[in-house]
Amino acid sequence: MKTESQESISGANIARRSFLRYAGVGIAAAGLLATASCTKDHPIITTNKGIDIGATGDLAILNYAYALEQLEAAFYTQVVLTPYSGIPANELALLTSIRDHEILHREFFKAALGANAIPALTVDFSSINFKDRAATLGAAKAFEDTGVTAYDGAGYLIGGGAYLTLAGKIVSVEARHAALISNLLVRGSFAASDQVDANGLNKSASIAEVLKIANTYLKTKVSASNYNYVAA
Amino acid sequence: MNLFNIVEEIEKIDPDFSDKVNPRRAAIKNITSFGSKVAMAAVPFAFGTMIKRAVAQTAVPSVVDILNYALTLEYLESGFYNAGVAAPGLIPAADLAYIKDIQDDENNHVTFLTNVIKSVGGTPATAPTVDFTAGNGSGNGPFKGLFTAGNYTSLFLKVALAFEDTGVRAYKGQAENILGNKSKVTADLYKTVLTSALSIHAVEARHASAIRSLLGVTPWITSTASKGNDTGVSLVDGNYDGEQNVTQGGVDVTTLKNASGGSTSVAVATASFDEPLSMSQVLALLVGSFIVK
Repeated sequence: MKTESQESISGANIARRSFLRYAGVGIAAAGLLATASCTKDHPIITTNKGIDIGATGDLAILNYAYALEQLEAAFYTQVVLTPYSGIPANELALLTSIRDHEILHREFFKAALGANAIPALTVDFSSINFKDRAATLGAAKAFEDTGVTAYDGAGYLIGGGAYLTLAGKIVSVEARHAALISNLLVRGSFAASDQVDANGLNKSASIAEVLKIANTYLKTKVSASNYNYVAA
Repeated sequence: MNLFNIVEEIEKIDPDFSDKVNPRRAAIKNITSFGSKVAMAAVPFAFGTMIKRAVAQTAVPSVVDILNYALTLEYLESGFYNAGVAAPGLIPAADLAYIKDIQDDENNHVTFLTNVIKSVGGTPATAPTVDFTAGNGSGNGPFKGLFTAGNYTSLFLKVALAFEDTGVRAYKGQAENILGNKSKVTADLYKTVLTSALSIHAVEARHASAIRSLLGVTPWITSTASKGNDTGVSLVDGNYDGEQNVTQGGVDVTTLKNASGGSTSVAVATASFDEPLSMSQVLALLVGSFIVK
């Protein structure tokens, strides 16, 4: 959303962050970012074990999502950089698209959070054999399924309507990814009982459950001490 | 006076203000361009009028209303797959289990939503009268023959896809309405209803992805700058209108960096975010065609 006034002053030499903060005028008006001031109002706690998403509230949940998107983007970047042996062109194309979506999700949260964002996380994929199709797609399935359960499980913690809708806009794309990856592994497993319960509902997971899994792929451990989880 | 702190100031007086105006974001967006054109002194008055209008026009449907709306959509979807699975020779043997999985989920959604509505003291909506040819009861609509053997890919799957992608949009459009009921229900019920809606929403997205794969289109909606619909079925253009949006949370996401450090394409920008539809938009798309008026 650009208005005339924004366009007239947002020259190319304005730093990315300040431009987005300025574009964030619209965000603030829509209730997306609660403050229009440029102060950092959500201190991220850095401990010797890693980082903590901070005090309860929407900024914490957005940082939680940002952490997960960082992880997914890094994973698919590696997949596309070192594709498994014998990868068919169509699978490489699909995985490249997913990489691009995850990168955009990451960049979006980074931009939306601005000074309130957690730092870039260092990943650890040493447990994944990227040369092997089953291992790579198995890890992709774990990331996507976890992502869907994470968004579904954290939705009720979001206070702002615009944030909630944004989470909805992203989670359905993650679910599209999850179904595709499952189908690549086993045709017809797009909504199998490991992820969808007897009521036809996708499983959901708490922040603690999700971060425990995510941290097995992170050198920078992520905690959510105000949501009952501290990294081991 | 900082114009951009107005919302915060109002929230101190009326904590629900953001919730009330969110569905009227279009009006609020105008504040910024407004500020550039009008003398500052005039702004508070204009804004006050805008607030009155915004609040007056925002009637959040009740939890039961939202659940019954979802139930109606699930009746439509389950009825569609029930008819498809029952149609002789329609679904190829290789795809039968695949489609039956979706059929099961949709029927389970009907049962689940019916039970939730009863559990909160509501009366579940009855199944709508449907016409899967989109003929408003004539049986002679543009998708006539969709359950006839030989028309699986050409008609049945295309209607399936429109229903699934529209279902995703419909659930997404109710998230804020459910949030709008937060103060009216217990914390437990709020968590249950919102999480359930998000969880059904995710399953509809899984179905949409799965049907898209059968049709050979991308599992996600890849729009162009001018057209949301990427299915090639122009009859359902309206169901996809708005998917071409690239502005998220006030940010044009095509300006954000892609994998190689350049700007993001419209294809990636639109595929990365699914867009909501309001209750009235969805009903306008379905009633008078698939749902008999």
